[in-house]
Amino acid sequence: MSVDTTPAYAAVPARPGPALAKLVFTEARLLLREPVALFWGLAFPMALLAVMGIASSGPGARLGGLPLVAVYEPILIAFVTVAFAIQGLPAVVAGYRERRILRRLATTPVGPVRVIAAQLTVNLAVALVATAGILTVGRLGFGVALPGQPAGFLVTYVLAATAMLGLGMLVAALAPTGRAAGVIGTMLFFPLMFFAGLWIPRATMPASLRQVSDFTPLGAAVQALQDSMRGVWPHLSALAVLAGYAVVFTVAAARFFRWD
Amino acid sequence: MAVIDVEHVRKQYGEKVAVEDVSFTVEEGEIFGILGRNGAGKTTTVECVVGLRRPDGGLVRVLGMDPRRDGHELRQHVGVQLQESELPDKLTVAEAIDLYASFYRTPADGRALLSLLGLADKRNTRYRKLSGGQKQRLSIALALIGRPRIAVLDELTTGLDPAARRGTWALIEDIRRQGVTIVLVSHFMEEAERLCDRVAIIEAGRVADIGSPAGLAGRLGGEQRIHFQPSGPLDGRLLADLPEVTSVTRTGGTVVVTGTADALLAVTSALARRGVVAHGLRVEQPSLEDAFVAVTSGAGPSTEI
Repeated sequence: MSVDTTPAYAAVPARPGPALAKLVFTEARLLLREPVALFWGLAFPMALLAVMGIASSGPGARLGGLPLVAVYEPILIAFVTVAFAIQGLPAVVAGYRERRILRRLATTPVGPVRVIAAQLTVNLAVALVATAGILTVGRLGFGVALPGQPAGFLVTYVLAATAMLGLGMLVAALAPTGRAAGVIGTMLFFPLMFFAGLWIPRATMPASLRQVSDFTPLGAAVQALQDSMRGVWPHLSALAVLAGYAVVFTVAAARFFRWD
Repeated sequence: MAVIDVEHVRKQYGEKVAVEDVSFTVEEGEIFGILGRNGAGKTTTVECVVGLRRPDGGLVRVLGMDPRRDGHELRQHVGVQLQESELPDKLTVAEAIDLYASFYRTPADGRALLSLLGLADKRNTRYRKLSGGQKQRLSIALALIGRPRIAVLDELTTGLDPAARRGTWALIEDIRRQGVTIVLVSHFMEEAERLCDRVAIIEAGRVADIGSPAGLAGRLGGEQRIHFQPSGPLDGRLLADLPEVTSVTRTGGTVVVTGTADALLAVTSALARRGVVAHGLRVEQPSLEDAFVAVTSGAGPSTEI
């Protein structure tokens, strides 16, 4: 090893960028290096939307008075939220704890909280991009109207995203390892998306099943998003269910989170 | 000037006492070793010093600051390399250095630091693809990127091959030459002996002894051992009667003499007077490891934290 002393310890004159911005940028870059996550969270739902759009052109491809593609837009918006908040986020955060990355950050001036903030920001941002993509493709490709009640849509989206990110952080808090968090996330995907109507849309669910769906986070979210798309303000009961989950999951995640 | 002052620190987890009573000071510019068996309390002690844990009792001052209360400011000046701390698999070396540089007000030049650590040609390599030694050197680079006044390095060379270990030691001496005070946590005696100005031996949550490696070895490590093959017949009593010699044993053609620090001169003089030549003469000085064993063997089995 060379003993080239002086330069390494010279201070760099340039001011470093704000650490949080750098962390967000870094986490975004790392996410872009995960082709499987991007396929699952971005490409796959888009492809599914296109399939539904093409199927909608045939006669009888309507559910509850709506073309299939319009029925599936809120379901796919729920899908991308789950993909990033429940399947992506917890595995990364629990992995950072398992590999003592959070602990190391605790010894630096920025601390470990900001890397969590960066993870939340990045995952929310990609979910938003995917949501915007779904609305755009639906509008331009298949003539599905943009949400007629944008404020209601936005409120629902914020509550649903908070509930899902909160649940993701709760999984990250409770899972012992990154791998375990990934498995738990995948196990949660099925019931969450079942009640959101991915396999049986809510309009075709038996009444009793739909009543159960009303009280699940993504059942409520899909119902409220659907109402907003039709141009009516979502049912307060659906928003209350979402808000309840958002509060419970977030508080529980904060309560149980461990840094090491 | 003492840059780290630890007085009667105590820390327990539930019923288990990890650190009973630890006191020491670290002077500016020195390499200070904290030695102990696994579970002796050295990592907990260091975690209290860097502010990751709050001691249940006692006082910690680092650069005159309280690590818990003034942690934010202190972390600008203290770089820490933790045991078994990793990085995201797909982060490259250069990205890791740039990211950590952004945490500090006046960071070092990351490019030059990577050159110093022999990682210049690995800038675009992802963390997962680095060898164990490269990961360790990157971890040290991250501890130094903020141009700390104090660097705390925990189990610096664990898991490295001998060549990488020696390279890392040379690096630590370089860093110290640049004015950084270094706290080295280790259970590896050869490392401490080679690098440290002073060491504290921690045993069962207490400081068992503190001093320079050579001082501890001389005081606690016991006797010199002299091995040789005499060129001719030799009466063992001739050597055993010397005041500097405590024992003489013979195995095959080899004679082993133990005695005080002056035994070598006495033995060689006595042999010369008899015209006996000592072939294959070899002297074992008491080492820090001997001192460590002497200090820690009295206690019972260590408890894991």
